[in-house]
Amino acid sequence: MPKLKATLLTGRTIDQGTERERGKFSEEYRRSVTICEIDPDDMKRLGVTENDNVRVSTDSGSVILRAVKSARAPHPDVIFVPYGPWASLIMNSETHGTGMPLLKGLPAEVEQAPEEKILSLRELLEKHYKREHE
Amino acid sequence: MTVISHITCPVCGDFCDDIEVTVEDNVITDVKNACAVGAARFLNYATHRRTKPLIRKDGELVEASLDEAIRKSAEILADATYPLLFGWSSTSCEATRVGLELAEEVGGVIDNTSTICHGPSILGIQDIGISSCTLGQLRHRADLIFYWGSNPWDAHPRHIERYTMFTEGRFQRSTWRKYVSRLGGTVTEKRLQRTANLLLDHHPPTPIETGQGLPYTMFQKKRKMVVADVRKTRTAEAADYFLQVEPNRDYELLQAFRMLIRDGELDVEEVAGVPVELLEEVADVMIGCELGVFFFGLGLTMSEGRHRNIDAALSLVRDLNQYTKFLIMPMRGHFNVTGANVVFTWQTGYPFAVDLSQGFPRYNPGETSTIDILRRRESDAALVIGSDPLAHFPKKTAQNLIKNPLIAIDPELTPTTLMADVVIPPAYVGIEAEGTAYRMDHVPLPLKKIVDPPETCLSDEEILRRILNEVRRIRRKLN
Repeated sequence: MPKLKATLLTGRTIDQGTERERGKFSEEYRRSVTICEIDPDDMKRLGVTENDNVRVSTDSGSVILRAVKSARAPHPDVIFVPYGPWASLIMNSETHGTGMPLLKGLPAEVEQAPEEKILSLRELLEKHYKREHE
Repeated sequence: MTVISHITCPVCGDFCDDIEVTVEDNVITDVKNACAVGAARFLNYATHRRTKPLIRKDGELVEASLDEAIRKSAEILADATYPLLFGWSSTSCEATRVGLELAEEVGGVIDNTSTICHGPSILGIQDIGISSCTLGQLRHRADLIFYWGSNPWDAHPRHIERYTMFTEGRFQRSTWRKYVSRLGGTVTEKRLQRTANLLLDHHPPTPIETGQGLPYTMFQKKRKMVVADVRKTRTAEAADYFLQVEPNRDYELLQAFRMLIRDGELDVEEVAGVPVELLEEVADVMIGCELGVFFFGLGLTMSEGRHRNIDAALSLVRDLNQYTKFLIMPMRGHFNVTGANVVFTWQTGYPFAVDLSQGFPRYNPGETSTIDILRRRESDAALVIGSDPLAHFPKKTAQNLIKNPLIAIDPELTPTTLMADVVIPPAYVGIEAEGTAYRMDHVPLPLKKIVDPPETCLSDEEILRRILNEVRRIRRKLN
C-alpha cells in the first residue's frame, strides 16, 4: 500500500473556529477538525479520493482522519490538520528547552485506512486518556 | 428588545470593539459587525453551557453546590506541593490578578496559554526588543503590510478589514475594490481553464499560477500586502506578493532578507523554495515603503527554530529601520492573552511560566513552562481556567495532566471539564460579566456585561477570590 512521507502542519481554520462554538462534542466540530488536507497530486499517489479515511502517523502515534483535497495546493508532501483533540494525538511534547512543542512542520506519514473509522470525541477520550486517581 | 452597541468581542486577539447585539428577555437574538466566529460565540454560547458546579464522586461527575465545589478546589490546591495554574488568556485581567495571588499563596506555577502560542515571541522580544505601535497607527498610515506565518483570514477574520488592507485610513486608501476585481478575474480564469480542459479531453490541466512570478503591482503606488507562508492561504490569495516558504525554513528566508537589505548578494537561485529574484523585488518594496508593518503568527513560533525565528524577524525589522519606518507585531490568538502577559509582568516581573514555589517568582521557559512540567510529570494538581489543554496539548502532556487532581473553571463542556475532578462554570466574561482585556497591540478595553448570568454562576474573579479565601482559611487552620 503506498505511503506518503509528508510534513505535517496544524493550524486554525474558520470552520474550526465557528463550529467549536456549537460545542466541542458536537458533530459539526468533529467534522471540521477531523480532516487532513492533502495536495491533489499526493492524493492520487496515495490512491485516496475525497472523504476517504487515512491514517496519519508521527513518532508520537497515529490518528484516523478524513482526506480532503486541499484548496491551498500546490503544496506537495505537505499536509494540514486543524487544531483539536485529534491533531493533538500525534503531536510530540518535546520542547527543546523553549517551552513550545513543535506543532508545525513535523515529519509524518500518510496511508489509506479504508477499514478504520474516525473516533468520536468521547471514544477518543476513553481510548487515549485514562484517569489514574479517584 | 434592547440594542446594545460598542460591545467588545471576547474571541480573538483583535478584540473588535464595534459589535452590536440585540437582546430580548435576557437572550442575545442578533449580532451585527462580528465575524463568523464572533457571531457564533454570541449566538451559541448559551446553547451548550453548564450552570451547575460538578464534583467527581466514585468516578462520576455529580452536581454539587458552589460552596462545596469551592471548598473541594481549595482542598486540592492546599494539599498540593507543586500545583499548576494554567489558562488566563480567555478571562479578565481582574481575574488573572487574583489568580496570581492564589498561585503565590499555594506556592505553585502559574502559566498562561502564550506558553504554547506566542511564548517564543516573548523570548525573542526579550532578546532583541520590539519596535511596535497600536493598530490605529497602522490603519491610517501603513503602506506595506507583511504577514508571515499568519493567516488572519481564518484566525483573525476582521484583521484585514479593520486594521490593514481593506480599511479606509486617513492617509491610506482601502484596497478592497482592487481585491474584488482581481478575485473576479481569477474566478473567470479558472472557469475558462476548466472549460478548456473539458473540451481538450485528456490533456493535462495547465498548472495554475502559484503567484511566485513577478508581481503585476510592482509599480503601483498603493498599499501593498506581502504574505510569506508554507501554503497559499486565503490571506495569501489577497496579497500582492506571495512567498511560499518551505516548511521549517523560515529562519533561512528571514536571514536572506536581512542580507539583501544590507546590500548583500545571494549567490544562489532560491532560498527556502523562493526565487532570489522575487526576494530582491520584495526587499526593494520593503525598503521603499513609507511605513511598513510585519505581522507574524504561529507559523514562526511553532515551527523549527521557534524563538530564533522571532529573533530573525525582529532583527530584520530593526535593520529596515535604517532605511524607512518599519514596525512589527505578533498576531495574538485569544482576546486577553496580551492582558495575561501584562498582568503577569506587572505582578511578578515575568510574562508567563512563573514559578512561585520558592516564595519568589522564577522564570525559566523550558523548565517552568507548562508543557515541560507536565511532560516530566512534576506537578501534583492543576487548576485550568478558560482553556482546554486536554484538546490542545500534545497527547503525553495531556495524559499527565489528568493523572493528578484537576480543577476546571469553564462554562462549557470540553474534554478538560469532562475529565476534571471539580468543574465550576463561571459567568461568561464579556457577555455575562464585565472586566478588562488587552487587545493584541496592548490597548486595554472594557469587557461588557450584556446579559445576566444564571444565578449559580459567579464571575471568574469572584470564584478565584472565594477559592483563595478558602485556601487561606485551611492554611490558617493547619498552622
